[in-house]
Amino acid sequence: MKILKLIFKNALRHKLRTTLTIVGISIAVIAYGLLRTVVTIWDSSVDAAGADRLITRQAVSFIFPLPVAYKSKIESIPGVKSVCGAVWFGGTYKDKSNFFARMAIDDNYFELYPEFMISQNEFDKYKKERNGCIVGKSIAEQYKFKIGDIIVLDGDIFPGRWEFTVSGIYKPRNKNTDATQMLFHYEYLNERIKQETAVRGDQVFWYIVKVDDPKNSAQISEQIDAMFKNSTAETKSETEKAFTQSFVAASGAIITAMNFMSYAIIGIIMLVLANTMIMAARERTREYAVFKTLGFSAYHLTSLILGESMLISCIGGGIGIGLLYPIVSGFEHVMPKGFFPFFFIEPVTVILAASSALLIGVLAAIFPIQRALHTKIVDGFRFVG
Amino acid sequence: MSAIIQVKNVSKSYWRNSLEIPVLHDLTLDVTEGEFLVLMGPSGSGKTTLLNLIAGIDRPSKGELNVAGTDIAKLNESGLAKWRSASVGFVFQFYNLIPVLTAFENVELPLLLTKLSKSERKKHVENVLNIVGLGDRIYHYPKQLSGGQEQRVAIARAIVTDPVILVADEPTGDLDKTSAQEILTLMERLNKEFKKTIVMVTHDPHAAEKATRLLHLEKGDLV
Ligand SMILES: Nc1ncnc2c1ncn2[C@@H]1O[C@H](COP(=O)(O)OP(=O)(O)OP(=O)(O)O)[C@@H](O)[C@H]1O
Ligand SMILES: [Mg+2]
Repeated sequence: MKILKLIFKNALRHKLRTTLTIVGISIAVIAYGLLRTVVTIWDSSVDAAGADRLITRQAVSFIFPLPVAYKSKIESIPGVKSVCGAVWFGGTYKDKSNFFARMAIDDNYFELYPEFMISQNEFDKYKKERNGCIVGKSIAEQYKFKIGDIIVLDGDIFPGRWEFTVSGIYKPRNKNTDATQMLFHYEYLNERIKQETAVRGDQVFWYIVKVDDPKNSAQISEQIDAMFKNSTAETKSETEKAFTQSFVAASGAIITAMNFMSYAIIGIIMLVLANTMIMAARERTREYAVFKTLGFSAYHLTSLILGESMLISCIGGGIGIGLLYPIVSGFEHVMPKGFFPFFFIEPVTVILAASSALLIGVLAAIFPIQRALHTKIVDGFRFVG
Repeated sequence: MSAIIQVKNVSKSYWRNSLEIPVLHDLTLDVTEGEFLVLMGPSGSGKTTLLNLIAGIDRPSKGELNVAGTDIAKLNESGLAKWRSASVGFVFQFYNLIPVLTAFENVELPLLLTKLSKSERKKHVENVLNIVGLGDRIYHYPKQLSGGQEQRVAIARAIVTDPVILVADEPTGDLDKTSAQEILTLMERLNKEFKKTIVMVTHDPHAAEKATRLLHLEKGDLV
């Protein structure tokens, strides 16, 4: 009890120094949390990819289409459960800054993506409405889309004015499920394209292939690609995970740098705190000699120094974590809308930040404790700072 | 009366950069219970060294040390620490109070290692602070006290566990004449009234007047 009081009093001896150390730790914890949050967003968008889904696209580039005839051919491969074609629509909703994915899909899309949850009622309604669309909960909230609303898109890949009716709103099953997509009937798109530019009809950009066992993914991918070898549109198939990863590959180097930075920051916090603790312990060399003379043990001195170090690191860590939430949500607001499909602080980030703060409290105390314990009483009294 | 402090053929050297610095040579000294022994001598003669050995905060290189009934040269570190907290009180030239603790808390420190309850500790602390004449300065911090008052708090801290032996290393070395006189009178009272055996190092000839015995140390030898 008394030791606790002394720890507090010691920490408050140099108010400015302690405050600066705490501020330093807080800022570092915030920077760490922010970096980790961005890193985990990338990671979890890759993780969100289904292990039992393959993506088949044109071998040369994603922007070249594949014939719709491939669908039934792929379906005929043993081990393939179902196949869904998809077209990236692009376009603009009201303003160029309104990012969200718009895709034309086959109706079985929702079977392949069970993490996109839609009520049977709304799905039935969607199936009946030729220009129906289903939007994710996040964009429905953001743009205030309600069932029955008309959404007008200005096409670029598929020029013209496109009108859709909101038939349903899907909910994300998991935290890392993308709830920012707008999905509509491939048939609706294809009919009009066939009329306007016949050569562009009956083509999709990629197929989503559901396999019955993720273990067969590699083998089935090979089979698909072999099937279309030497055709006009050769394919490239890979797991959805690999596909997503190749998408973020460009950012890979940045992510690696961010990862590295986040660890470097922990190192910096430790140096800041260790420096404070070493200075404090040095100034108190004589006092430690007094404590020892009076019969206080190594255990007591260790508690004093470790306690102070932990107190400072915990306050700094606590403030940092406390501020992390408002700062991350502020960060989310300054990012372009929909730039990240989801943005949240993973509990593991908070746990990592908190345990780093604790660990740093311990590490920063080691050297001062060693010194305090190994200094002989007589040398302690002779010490002049 | 029996010798409460027995220093027998004690030698002490320090080592600095693998160079031996001999300080005390084969020194023998007995102090009887109730004595007020004053050690004098030129700077560097080994007074502090001898005091530290007697008080068990340093160890001899050679020889025997029997203090307050214990062969302290044979104790291990924690045994020595326990022995110190029970048997000796220390007074230093520079008071060595903990600046962030009040007079009360500074004096209470040694009692935190005992089994005394909070109220018992309070009683003891107030009692010794009254003895040293600081009953009205209990909640002052060291920097709010004069040098003489600080030294009296240090003396209160030294006697709060009621040790049989009190060692003081130039307790008046940093004080003005009046304060020094007050401290010396207090030490004399502790010796006469409270029966403490005192070993005090000093450069002050007035301090020597209070002694029941006066010894000179020169280059590590008693003369
Ligand atoms: N811890 C130590 N390490 C190395 N040398 C020391 C140590 N303590 C004392 N000495 C040396 O031992 C000698 C005696 O020192 P000591 O402090 O006992 O003298 P003193 O008589 O108390 O002197 P003063 O009157 O100046 O206090 C000195 O030469 C000193 O430099
Ligand atoms: Mg000395």
